[in-house]
Amino acid sequence: MTGDRIQESVDPDLDVTDVTTAPPRPRAAGQLPIVVAVSLGGGLGAAARYGVTLAWPTTAGSFPWAIWSVNVAGCALLGVVLVLVTEVRDAHRLLRPFLGTGVLGGFTTFSTYAVDAQALVQAGRPGLALTSAAATLVAALASVWLAVTATRAVSRRVRGSRRQGEAGA
Amino acid sequence: MSWVLVVAGAMVGAPLRYLTDRAVQSRHGSVFPWGTVTVNVAGCLLLGVVTGAVTAGGAPEPVRLLLGTGLCGALTTYSTFSFETLRLAETGARLLAAANVALSVVAGLGAVVLGTVLANTLWP
Repeated sequence: MTGDRIQESVDPDLDVTDVTTAPPRPRAAGQLPIVVAVSLGGGLGAAARYGVTLAWPTTAGSFPWAIWSVNVAGCALLGVVLVLVTEVRDAHRLLRPFLGTGVLGGFTTFSTYAVDAQALVQAGRPGLALTSAAATLVAALASVWLAVTATRAVSRRVRGSRRQGEAGA
Repeated sequence: MSWVLVVAGAMVGAPLRYLTDRAVQSRHGSVFPWGTVTVNVAGCLLLGVVTGAVTAGGAPEPVRLLLGTGLCGALTTYSTFSFETLRLAETGARLLAAANVALSVVAGLGAVVLGTVLANTLWP
């Protein structure tokens, strides 16, 4: 697509003089900034998750509310971020790796979710283990769906009113 | 100090997830999110081992912060898992969406149990 090529040519780490004839860049070269962005974002997201678990400690044998909240909130935020970045506007190419893969990927966790459920079984509360596993799953899927749907609806309205404003001007 | 361990572990875990996902997804043509399943199950196995080791006294608490909260926490992800499940459902692949949920949860919990058994064997 022509539009893509125009966008590529303003990419700062691309040799602008040779845009049309240059072979595709080797994969590894373009990967480094993305890997760094994911790493920095992951560190931030995990620190935020750790902060939530310190501020809201879960006593052994009780429902893991802190990790439940982290996962449900992270799913909602990822829904918003990915709709904005992929459907609404062209974002900087490092924004999605940093915010989505890095911060929110590092903030939410699947392993602690599973270990928490196992810990409840070991604490003699298999019913609560099943409840926490199912409650996280249902709330996470519902929150990502709601966030994606709401973000699409809001962006449609914003674009609609902007178009109306332009037509009226 | 504990914050440094968590952040250091996560700064390795998150890019490891990204690179594993790319490597796994580029090896097959299907829309099924095998990459995320791989990192989530691997992270569950490792966290099972780490938690078991720390509980058994085979590893000190800082190991849990570095490898557990940091590395495994950032290697695994709930947000991408949810989003990919929604994408599958939205594109009409409802059976694959359900399979992704069932496989991730069952394999993740199974990996935790396996990791704990491994830790109990190594540190009786």
